[in-house]
Amino acid sequence: MPEPLLQVKDLTVTFPNSRGGVRAVRGVDYTVDEGEFLGIVGESGSGKSVSSLAVMGLLPSSAKIDGDITFRGDSLLGMSDRQLSRLRGREMAMIFQDPLSALTPVYTVGQQIQEALTLHDKNLQKRTAEKRAVELLKIVGIPAPERRVKAFPHEFSGGMRQRAMIAIAIANDPTLIIADEPTTALDVTIQAQILEVLQKAKEVTGAAVVLITHDLGVVAGNVDRVAVMYAGKLVEKGPVDEVFHTPRMPYTMGLLRSVPNMLTAGKERLVPLEGRPPNLAELPPGCPFADRCPAVQDRCRTTEPELLAELGDGREVACHRADEIAAGTLKPNDIFPRPPHEERELKESDTLNPVVRAQDLVRHFPLYKGSVFRRVVGSVKAVDGVDFEVLPGETLGLVGESGSGKSTTALEIMELVTPQRGSLEVAGKDVGTLSKAQRLQMRQDVQIVFQDPMAAVDPRMPVGDIIAEPLTVHKVPRAERTRRVLEMLDLVGLAPEMTDRYPHEFSGGQRQRIGIARSLITNPKVLVLDEPVSALDVSVQAGVMNLLEDLRDRLGLSYLFVAHDLAIIREIADKIAVMYLGRIVEYGPVKEVYETPRHPYTRALMSAVPVPDPAIERERQRILLTGDLPSPTEDIPGCNFASRCPLFRMLDEDRQARCLGEDPAAVPHGGSTVACHHVDQIGQLDDVDISALSPTGD
Amino acid sequence: MSMNAQQPADHSADLSQDLEPTASLIAATTDRDSAEGPSSHRPISRGRLVWRRLKTKPNFYIGGVMVALIVAFALFGDFFNIYAQGQQDTFNFNSPPSGQHFFGTDAIGVDLYASMTSALRKSLLIGFLAAPTATLIAAIMGSLAGYLGGPFEMFTNWLINLLLVLPVFYVLMIVSPAIADPSNLPAALQWLGFLPAWGLLVLAIGFFSWMIMAQIVKNQTKSLKEREYVKAARFMGVSTPTILRRHIIPNVASLLIIDGALGVAMAILAETSLSFFGLGIQAPDVSLGTLLQDGTGAAVTRPWLFVIPASFLIALLTGVALVGDALRDAIDPTSEVNRA
Repeated sequence: MPEPLLQVKDLTVTFPNSRGGVRAVRGVDYTVDEGEFLGIVGESGSGKSVSSLAVMGLLPSSAKIDGDITFRGDSLLGMSDRQLSRLRGREMAMIFQDPLSALTPVYTVGQQIQEALTLHDKNLQKRTAEKRAVELLKIVGIPAPERRVKAFPHEFSGGMRQRAMIAIAIANDPTLIIADEPTTALDVTIQAQILEVLQKAKEVTGAAVVLITHDLGVVAGNVDRVAVMYAGKLVEKGPVDEVFHTPRMPYTMGLLRSVPNMLTAGKERLVPLEGRPPNLAELPPGCPFADRCPAVQDRCRTTEPELLAELGDGREVACHRADEIAAGTLKPNDIFPRPPHEERELKESDTLNPVVRAQDLVRHFPLYKGSVFRRVVGSVKAVDGVDFEVLPGETLGLVGESGSGKSTTALEIMELVTPQRGSLEVAGKDVGTLSKAQRLQMRQDVQIVFQDPMAAVDPRMPVGDIIAEPLTVHKVPRAERTRRVLEMLDLVGLAPEMTDRYPHEFSGGQRQRIGIARSLITNPKVLVLDEPVSALDVSVQAGVMNLLEDLRDRLGLSYLFVAHDLAIIREIADKIAVMYLGRIVEYGPVKEVYETPRHPYTRALMSAVPVPDPAIERERQRILLTGDLPSPTEDIPGCNFASRCPLFRMLDEDRQARCLGEDPAAVPHGGSTVACHHVDQIGQLDDVDISALSPTGD
Repeated sequence: MSMNAQQPADHSADLSQDLEPTASLIAATTDRDSAEGPSSHRPISRGRLVWRRLKTKPNFYIGGVMVALIVAFALFGDFFNIYAQGQQDTFNFNSPPSGQHFFGTDAIGVDLYASMTSALRKSLLIGFLAAPTATLIAAIMGSLAGYLGGPFEMFTNWLINLLLVLPVFYVLMIVSPAIADPSNLPAALQWLGFLPAWGLLVLAIGFFSWMIMAQIVKNQTKSLKEREYVKAARFMGVSTPTILRRHIIPNVASLLIIDGALGVAMAILAETSLSFFGLGIQAPDVSLGTLLQDGTGAAVTRPWLFVIPASFLIALLTGVALVGDALRDAIDPTSEVNRA
């Protein structure tokens, strides 16, 4: 048996503090073979990043590292920093999560690639290094690399910076690349591009890749083997197909069942995996997952299971009941049964008046120049004429990449003032005609839930006061406020004693529940949800999503649900509006849009969303978009998607001319409305060769 | 350390409640009689919660006792002394502390004990009024400028910069005739004439020491304004003054409290230096500043004249700082002490 490239043996990392220390990694074993693609999955705080930083020797010197890490048989832990530096960059390379802070802002991208090259090869000519930098940028798919090599990092978009990072990582033909959440900060369409580049980099260099992520979908489509990490330990390890199809550790099962899947969303309910991971500073004895595990037994609380390959089929599991699970006597459905849907009746939509109706809604932000004499030099077209309506009891999903204007649209509704152009009606009244008192009254009907559970609640206020705040505006007496607060806490599944606690004592999921309770206390008709679950860990996400669904169905609420995640929208929404650069490009019932997407952007967006199923993921056709979102300050005469449109490049010249010269209006097609001139041509995208459209081709 | 330590059992119970799947919780709550749940628990208001936390801070008691003792001494110390302030004992020049003169006498036989009580009264008044005045101005101006932005912010910036470039000390010198004799006040400010001289000094010190704090509060407010909970409050229809009072000020409170506590020291010191130039407290009135000034020259030869006023000043400032510290911890739920 050949020696593995990287072998991590019983790795423990402890960060000392005044009370003993936090054991971030507690005995991790894994190997990476040459050319292998290993995925390490875990929620935030599971120790996945710390273990990979230990491999690179990049942990702060205060961290205490035990165990052994060998690279090609040489122990890395005994090496001096100088010896390690020789390995790093040449043999092992790392790609970080945040491409903005990983590049130095004062050097050009080219200089930084050249630095990586010359550092490990002192004899390299400057001219050759320059040439190689251009080649590398070309490999990672940066258009016009000759020009871009002289650009500074701030001139690059997030996706391009991450490409540049990959270029630096593969500069010296490494044999091991560690990618730590390389796509977490990026939009789905860019994520798809980056993963494609990462696969390409792996092919070009033949390197082994360790991909660390929290996203099961990303893992499913890319890796050969997967290791699941929880509370500083690996709890399951095995080939990706087997782990995804027959998980043996209850945590893996729970995780897989809590992830929304774009293909099955709406049919099967998500299974919440409530609770939070244990505090690593005060770990109780026994299995760290025991508190959250529905299949817990007495022995789980006393002894911690080891990661064992009991059945000898190449899979390792750390669970006392793994044998029962493997034998099929303990099924995932018994451990994590899918909760039933609340009964829901949608009334006949023709007879109802919409609770929110926007017509040609516009929100432009002026751009100023000069400090003494400020003058308007242009405008950011954040929202550029959108039409939509939300019917009572219905959920409209507003989806798009960052910068598409979806959050601005949501906030524009909350302002309840006359829009810059077009009209906005809430509960049948035009908001422009409201008096001050009426507007205040109307604020009861429209409430908002924000994205970031840390920022959405005042850290200095006890939870009871936070939830009661909307009522103080309407002069509700204290006793009545108290009664309502307790009612709301009950409704969102929090204990009544929690009123006296401060927000920092709560987990992210609980804080989001507090935000939901606050928004519901005035009995609103419409709830605007601005990415309500995107800042939460997957396992917590499912709980909040189910709560939102149940509340809607029980209280008859209408939601305007803003999200970037298509799977989540499919889970909860009845209608969907796909936004691109301040416009709605496709609008229709969820079923119709997901089954027959008619706009090329919708198609690309859907194909970019990773599905947590390795078999499907491997066979899916990907439509990759080239480049990034154009600046919203630009004046585009024709279709604003033409610059990135995959269909556009397959059209003949006459048709292309129409795209460039004429702004497409939203036209009904089937059940949905589509803003594209060539809906009839969309079939062309079904049978395309992906490589022809991949951004590296041009 | 406060709440968490007291009720550890409670906390774990809440968490396990939350572990239950949402759907079953909701199903369970529909069956439950809503009338019995709520009545069992009464939430506590923020003010009472802060007070409860404050009571658990040792610093609050230590500092509070120090300040209280000094205040008590200033108010009631005279009962134990036969000499009045300013009264000379011509038989005892430069006498060290003794049974007759508890704190000794100075070169002309004035009893230091009598001077101390009187000086402390004046300095405490000035310190405890001028510092909150400055902090109050800073909080109002800073948060308003940061929250409203636009012309008001420009005006505030202009005012702050103007006051900062003015040499405060010379300005105070120029206005000192008005302080010494309120009849010298400009016509527009004649209505302030009812105030005693030290009252005008308080206003003058307060008005010239709020600028830097206001600048800090303004910048903090600008970042707080973009927080989602402030936006949420705005979308609820909460009025601007209420948002400032409820969300902005408490979130800059730790800064303001430290500023207030340090401000007491600054105000007393400002009064000291003004008095030194004959601009603040005028003889025969005494303050800690004038006493210290007189004692400085005698620090080596007759140490009691310097050490006693200085010790009082240090004790007073330490006490105020400790109380401020405890108050900040009580208001800020995330501060280290509460978390541990």
